[in-house]
Amino acid sequence: MAHEETVYDALDHAHGGEGHWAFGTGFDEPLAGVDTTVPDGVDPTDLGTYCLMLGDDALVLAQRLTQWVTNAPELEEEVAVANVALDLLGQARLLLARAGSVGVLGRSRALATASIPDEDALAYFRDPDEFRSTALVAAPNGDFAQTTVRLLVAATVRLAVLDRLRGSRDPVLAAIAAKGVHELAYHRDHAARWVLRLGDGTAESHRRAQAGAEAVWPLLADVFTATDVETRLAAAGVAVDPAEVREEVRAVLTEVLTRATLRVPAWPDDAAPAGRLGHHDAELTELLAELQGLARQHPAATW
Amino acid sequence: MPAPTLERPEGDSPIDTAALQEHFDATIAADHRVEPRDWMPEGYRRTLIRQIAQHAHSEIIGMQPEGDWLLAAPSLRRKAILLAKVQDEAGHGMYLYSAAETLGADRADLTDKLIERKQKYSSIFNYPTLTYADVGVIGWLVDGAAICNQVPLCRSSYGPYARAMIRICKEESFHQRQGYELLMTMMRGTPAQRAMVQDAVDRWWWPSLMMFGPPDADSPNSAQSMAWGIKRHSNDELRQRFVDMSVPQAEFLGVTLPDPELRLDPETGRYHFGAIDWDEFKQVLAGNGPVSAERIARRRAARDDNAWVTEAATAYAAKHSAGERAA
Repeated sequence: MAHEETVYDALDHAHGGEGHWAFGTGFDEPLAGVDTTVPDGVDPTDLGTYCLMLGDDALVLAQRLTQWVTNAPELEEEVAVANVALDLLGQARLLLARAGSVGVLGRSRALATASIPDEDALAYFRDPDEFRSTALVAAPNGDFAQTTVRLLVAATVRLAVLDRLRGSRDPVLAAIAAKGVHELAYHRDHAARWVLRLGDGTAESHRRAQAGAEAVWPLLADVFTATDVETRLAAAGVAVDPAEVREEVRAVLTEVLTRATLRVPAWPDDAAPAGRLGHHDAELTELLAELQGLARQHPAATW
Repeated sequence: MPAPTLERPEGDSPIDTAALQEHFDATIAADHRVEPRDWMPEGYRRTLIRQIAQHAHSEIIGMQPEGDWLLAAPSLRRKAILLAKVQDEAGHGMYLYSAAETLGADRADLTDKLIERKQKYSSIFNYPTLTYADVGVIGWLVDGAAICNQVPLCRSSYGPYARAMIRICKEESFHQRQGYELLMTMMRGTPAQRAMVQDAVDRWWWPSLMMFGPPDADSPNSAQSMAWGIKRHSNDELRQRFVDMSVPQAEFLGVTLPDPELRLDPETGRYHFGAIDWDEFKQVLAGNGPVSAERIARRRAARDDNAWVTEAATAYAAKHSAGERAA
């Protein structure tokens, strides 16, 4: 009886109780208590733009993964895919808040009401041409095999970048990276295990995994090409030049695909940055229309 | 006192069965827990499997109404909260299917029964979520009703079910507060947001009352379930408890509950409420709810379209365990 009373009592008192979450806490104020001073010699606009690049990648991939929720092959995978999406959403919130804290808000503030936090102004009230995500995360999911290969590739790239970013001169980026590498190591491992099962499972799963790899590989074309912003920030010890992670990423992906009995597709030639500069396919526009629709329908509302 | 450990009751002589039944009855009478390896009457086992499976199915189908708003949640904080909640529901489904498996059921078989409509799930999830306020109202009323139903199950006579319910109830109570907090925020917002909340309350109030099941007089299985300690309070008793809890919360929120007969009875201190449309309940439970077909279709698609994934995982596991044995 005692337990019954306790649970009923808990309903009537809006006290803390964060420990009741099964998976993760910390939904409020992403940068609370963090020193957000910009390091000496760093252009705040560059820093904020770089945070948008990393933040938009996380937000867009979280949205893609969320499309699997209630549609996943197994309940365990429902939990896992939601977990990965939640981690990425958490990273996106920190990075967008960081961009906002250094004044990089684009046109969003003209549209969003004052009471909306920067992270939401940036996520909900920017147009597609202001997003700086790559095509690697924006491309549609395809089947479970393609989704899994894309997650493997995206997590491998991001882990390699964040691993180096732990030493960033911007303490906020360094802290976000230090937290993120643990999450991304799990994402990469989870995806790699599935690629092994699918590649070395049945003839059908092998065929699908190979097709997934063939579909995802071309999306690496502009991932290792630095924008001017990244070049300047890398020189200042704040950002990572993506070209620096190319060999590591290729080595990891080659190892996983080989162990999965899959053929490693041809690496695409390096291409000029597109997504990082705001050039996107219609796929991102559609994704953002769904993400932003309700918030934009009620621009004066807070939620 | 521990119960005797016997896995297969079928072959027992009548005398043994009588002794086992006596021991089982004593366990129930003493309010002790029945555990998976204990002897239990087949009716008890069947009733529990049915109830736990329905509960598991409700958690899994219940991911869909709110899941429909995951991609469009209007702030990143709300998106994170909703994603974590829907993830919790998947977790609840897993604990519950596991509890059913301790009774000899099989998760894949139970999922097939859900998809073939041989087993039911809560009627409430056959209603659509039309606005974002529905997410808040589901948290407040639907999770609130679920908690009223489920808190007593933490003392269910079957150990694995009771233990699963303790964790589930803790998480549900957090979900309920999150839902109520969303509604409070919306009620402080724009006129359009307030109208959304009232509209959602109007649509979900009566279906929430139906979640407690038919009136006691029409609930044929209830008496046996209460005697077995599977169920602890009658449907009507729990429904009344829910109404008494919710009316002051509605007043605090600033919404009107859609029942002109709702009033406090000064003598009993409890709320009198109007008649429930049990024909609607029967229709929805029979699979004729507004979105019943869509709910099952999505579950079927998740199983069928991804069957090759499960086959691959099984084949991979077989290959590699065989390889390890050979090595």
